[in-house]
Amino acid sequence: MRRTISLAFLAVCWLAVAPAHAQGKLNVITTTQDLASIAQEVGGDRVTVESLARGYQDPHFVDAKPSFILKLQKADLLVVVGRELEIGWLPALIQQSRNAKVQVGGEGYIDASAGARILEIPQGQVTRAMGDVHPQGNPHYWLDPENGKTIAHQLAQAFSRLRPADRAGFEQRLAAFENKVTEAEKRWMTAMAPFKGAKIVTYHRSFPNFADRFGLDIIGYVEPRPGIPPTPQHTLDLIAEMKRQNVKVVLVEPYFDLKTPNSIGQATGASVLVMPPSVGGVKEITDYVSLFDYDIKLLTEALRKAGAK
Amino acid sequence: MRIVPILAVAGLGVFLAQVALAQNAKTPEELQRQVDELNERVAKLEAALAALQASPPAPVGAPATGTVQPAAPASPGATDTAAASSKVFNPDMAVIGNFLGAAGKNPVDPSKAFEMRETEASFQAAVDPYARADFFLSFSESGVNLEEGFVTFTTLPGGLLVKAGKMRAAFGKVNTLHTHVLPWADRPLVTTNLVGGEDGISDAGVSVARLIPVPGLFMEATGQVFRGDSDNVFASRRARDLSYVGHLRAYRDITENSNIDTGVSYARGQSSFVDDHSTLVGFDATYRWKPLQRSIYRSFLGRSEVIWNKTPRVLGPSTGAGFYVSGDYQFARRWFAGARYDASDRASDLSLRDRGGSASLTFWPSEFSQVRGQYRRTVYAGDEVANELFFQLQFSIGAHGAHPF
Repeated sequence: MRRTISLAFLAVCWLAVAPAHAQGKLNVITTTQDLASIAQEVGGDRVTVESLARGYQDPHFVDAKPSFILKLQKADLLVVVGRELEIGWLPALIQQSRNAKVQVGGEGYIDASAGARILEIPQGQVTRAMGDVHPQGNPHYWLDPENGKTIAHQLAQAFSRLRPADRAGFEQRLAAFENKVTEAEKRWMTAMAPFKGAKIVTYHRSFPNFADRFGLDIIGYVEPRPGIPPTPQHTLDLIAEMKRQNVKVVLVEPYFDLKTPNSIGQATGASVLVMPPSVGGVKEITDYVSLFDYDIKLLTEALRKAGAK
Repeated sequence: MRIVPILAVAGLGVFLAQVALAQNAKTPEELQRQVDELNERVAKLEAALAALQASPPAPVGAPATGTVQPAAPASPGATDTAAASSKVFNPDMAVIGNFLGAAGKNPVDPSKAFEMRETEASFQAAVDPYARADFFLSFSESGVNLEEGFVTFTTLPGGLLVKAGKMRAAFGKVNTLHTHVLPWADRPLVTTNLVGGEDGISDAGVSVARLIPVPGLFMEATGQVFRGDSDNVFASRRARDLSYVGHLRAYRDITENSNIDTGVSYARGQSSFVDDHSTLVGFDATYRWKPLQRSIYRSFLGRSEVIWNKTPRVLGPSTGAGFYVSGDYQFARRWFAGARYDASDRASDLSLRDRGGSASLTFWPSEFSQVRGQYRRTVYAGDEVANELFFQLQFSIGAHGAHPF
């Protein structure tokens, strides 16, 4: 017995004095590919970045696979969307990560929503009778390019804090990213300008920040309440409302079933667009800027067609 | 002599705490920079204060001799803030209700027509930067039971995850799962007969789990020491009658849509049935399929566990075995269909073998409630037959729990 315990004690001592981390590349794990793209832009070759969820996956429902625990175990930084988007799967992974840095409140835990402009923060009492509401506001805030810059800024600060020697490099890359987004934003605003105030319907509440930035008016949702699948009565009401307001576009995230949206499209003559809310949602969307390029091209073509009819 | 291991463990604890604290220590340069920053801020604040003192005092309302002042508009806000800040540290709380109805005949193990089978209250939060605590209180209609209550040290060096308290033992899969996350209204026969039933191997003790680095695999080894009391499995008659549980888990992603999860488990303790040791060995395998892009509409989970329980007997065989195989297929966003086959010897008399089969249909109105119907046919010891229909309603309020995996 004594021998076993002394051996165990020695083994633990050996593990505890394992070599400290060398100042190599920062190992950044993000929950979504949007955050991964921004982290890569800011970090360049001084970081390695990997996302847990894929862009074509519903980020609310990601399986807490043990293989993710291994990724978190080795992470220097964990960047999360926050606002309870990952509440169903991330806490269990963090808890088992055996990594003090990425625990909530740890030096490597970054909530990207801090400082971002958050919409739909519920006022008054919040209950589940409203569906799966997010009490801290809508977590799909990365779909506003201004918020993308805020996230980049926050990441540059975090990277610099952990690698002070590379601060200048991170700041330079941050400035380059901000310029790139600002330039692209002018292009996007110009493309969207003719459709200001266009009325649309979306499946889930994924696009409030996008609509707010680019002047769209979301008049309804295919889901009767967040997280509740469509019901026949709600679908009929929505069709009637779309006809009344002459709505010609329905946006559907790539992970939702197209059956109900398609029947809405047939009943109202609206085009049903599979519009990815995330980087990686389709193959063409490889980074944060191309996400908006793709979505705005898709949207403007459909709105132009609807206008020409 | 018994003091030596205790001292060693205490010494280890102190050592680990020091290591954990040392990780937060700062270098002299960092400290110097902080001091400089703070000096700068103090200087700024002093300047601001001086400016304020120089300006005339703001009007403060009624003179001191006036009538009693009504509460200033700021004070309700202040109490709100105080109340809110005390709430901030409240743990995540949730209550899950499990209502069960049964119809049909079972001569061996009859079920009640209606039963509030379990009400589970959970309280979970971080204790401090080094640990978190999880409590699960299980209320039956007649009493309360601490289903689990443990502290987890999350920031230990060496890839260790240490838990202490009362917990479900890491023996196989079903034993670790709370009743409300099972895909059935009941537990498999092998659990009921050989591994202690509803509560399973669940005891007070210490658990240490470590990840074992193997390329391409998630491998975790868990060792647990318990007091040795688990209803219908282990009974501790003397203080030294501890029970031990070991589990080795290997998990691998096959593709991004599918994975395989296997485990070997071992448990040993004083038997509840005879004054001797019981040894349990189990194998478990789970296959999961979930196409990522359609993950909220389609999935499949196939699972099997085989368990042996060896307990020396004066008469009859001393080893009992049992297993189950189950499959659950999600065919729509809110619908699951499942089937299970059971067979198991009985721990009370290992010469008796029970067999059974179940088919179930589950509907989830939302993520927070579910309705399940289950048909179960059991053949007890080869002659007595039970045909039963279960109706289960589960509903949860409070904090959003983790999705089971």
